[in-house]
Amino acid sequence: MSAGTDWLTVLRDQFQQRVSSHLLALARPFSLEIAAAMQTIRQNPPMAVGAGIVALVGLTAVFGPELVPYDPATQNAERSLQSPSLAHPMGTDQFGRDMLSRVVHGARISIGIAIAVTTIRVGVGTLVGVVAGAAGGWVDEALMRLVDIQLAFPGLILALIVAGVLGESLRNLMLALAVVGWGSYARIVRGTVLTIGERTYVTAAGLYGTPRRRLFRRHFLPHIASPVLVIATLNLGTVVLATAGLSFIGLGAQPPTPEWGTMIDNGQRYLVQASWLVNAPGLAIVLTVLGFNLLGDGLRDRLDPQQQTRLEEV
Amino acid sequence: MVRRASSQKSMEGRYRVNPGRYLLYRLTTAAIVLGGVSVLTFLLVHLTPGDPARTILSQQMDQTPPESAVESFRAEHGLDESLYVQYFSWITDVLRGDFGHSYYTNRSVGELLVSHLPPTIELAVASLVVALVIAIPAGVISAVHHGEWLDLVSQAGALIGVSMPNFWLGYLLILVFSVRLGFLPVTGSGELAHLILPAIALGTGMTAIITRLVRSSMLEVLDQAYLETARAKGLSERIVLYKHALRNALIPVVTVAGLQLGFVLNGAVVIEIVFQRPGLGMLLVDAIFDRDYPIVQGVVLVIAMAFVVTNLLVDLAYEYLDPRIRLAEGKS
Repeated sequence: MSAGTDWLTVLRDQFQQRVSSHLLALARPFSLEIAAAMQTIRQNPPMAVGAGIVALVGLTAVFGPELVPYDPATQNAERSLQSPSLAHPMGTDQFGRDMLSRVVHGARISIGIAIAVTTIRVGVGTLVGVVAGAAGGWVDEALMRLVDIQLAFPGLILALIVAGVLGESLRNLMLALAVVGWGSYARIVRGTVLTIGERTYVTAAGLYGTPRRRLFRRHFLPHIASPVLVIATLNLGTVVLATAGLSFIGLGAQPPTPEWGTMIDNGQRYLVQASWLVNAPGLAIVLTVLGFNLLGDGLRDRLDPQQQTRLEEV
Repeated sequence: MVRRASSQKSMEGRYRVNPGRYLLYRLTTAAIVLGGVSVLTFLLVHLTPGDPARTILSQQMDQTPPESAVESFRAEHGLDESLYVQYFSWITDVLRGDFGHSYYTNRSVGELLVSHLPPTIELAVASLVVALVIAIPAGVISAVHHGEWLDLVSQAGALIGVSMPNFWLGYLLILVFSVRLGFLPVTGSGELAHLILPAIALGTGMTAIITRLVRSSMLEVLDQAYLETARAKGLSERIVLYKHALRNALIPVVTVAGLQLGFVLNGAVVIEIVFQRPGLGMLLVDAIFDRDYPIVQGVVLVIAMAFVVTNLLVDLAYEYLDPRIRLAEGKS
């Protein structure tokens, strides 16, 4: 036996041990989470329905636009304002555009915006919350007063002003919604950081000289993840509603973009002759938001039995 | 219940001992929030790309405005001063009750606010009434029949209620009650008939939230021993439920309902557009599209003020309603 192989074996063993312990540490909570989630689905049918709806809308957003037979923007004067039929299950609008195709394309827009906005909110809110909780002192005070101001004001109106001032477009609408909605994440993350930081085992780990990054990953992150996941799921629904509302006012997507709120605004002029122009996108919004709400409520029951997380409306 | 940042809680705790000082503390925070909102809106409106003078003049003249006109417009509205000077002259005027003048019509913003406020207040109060009238009995029934089909129906209804965009609900109501049945007028304001559909459209989301809250709050209360005592005294179930149980269950509801009143403004903007009601929301949206900044700033300040005042009143009402809080204060 040469010294070389010994070294290699030792190195390899060490490497494997380290990597696998890391992977295990990462994977264990996830696998437990998943197993528990499966059980919840069996025990909590509304949540399963919510997950089903979310999956359906998600798949529609990803694959739907490639599958629908009509282009959402192509006009056809001969077919204008047709009521729902086999060829056009949701009817056609005043330009003869197929409503089903437009609603399906709308799913991609709404879900895309909801995910983008929520991701930014989670990122900014978590960062602010962690910094405020960890730093304390005047940094904490200043950040939390900023959050207070944000939450002390009707969010949709703030978003409306931001979007209006920046100019009417989907991108600006997204920015506006992202800017106004991170406060609830910051609050709950800060609260969690403060309570966890006081626990004896965390103090012990700190005294032991555990690096701060590891401390954060091992002891803080798992506690932060659950409430953030719950708020984020419910948030996806409110962002869909807010996007539709602002676009309806005329501040987000501009025609001919097949965004649900814009479509309702376009259709309301034909409310009497062609109510499907308003009802098709309206039902799509209700279904999507309902899915997120059912899933979010279920996740809350499962992950946050004390119901600590409450969504500030935006 | 109102959750607050824990630092604020401790600050409040410090002041809570003395009601006078506590009120002073709350008023100071309210003033800070209002000041913050005023600075933020001002900056937002003034730092964004696009020169309001040029935009407005080119719209008014329907051509590129001459440089002299732009200069005189700026001078007239104080836009040639530095931001700092502009903010302070605006905010000192506001404190004196002068909200400035519209860029377009030159009408006083204060007058515009006063004339557009009543329809919005009417709508907000009416929708809250709709919500409470439906939500309280629905929540109580849900809790009493916990797990039965009545409960399931009311919970499903509440869930759909929060998931529904209120502007779509507005059109559905118009379609059914105005167009098909011809019961109620479609748009307009001033009469009670004009208020019913918008109030329902706006109140539905709130109804859903309050129903859920009354239900969970009642469920908590229904377990309490004092209800058994009341029953043992031979009181009728109605009195036990509606007088003894509901009274305590409603305490958190007051807080949430009050806070919801502030959030109603969110939805009021959209509902006013659907039903063509000349309220604050409509004023704001029109001003945003016109880049009529004095109006935008004025409306935002009024909304922020309404919100802050509601929050304050709700907190005070909460303490008044829950004797435990008052007792704890008395002891400390």
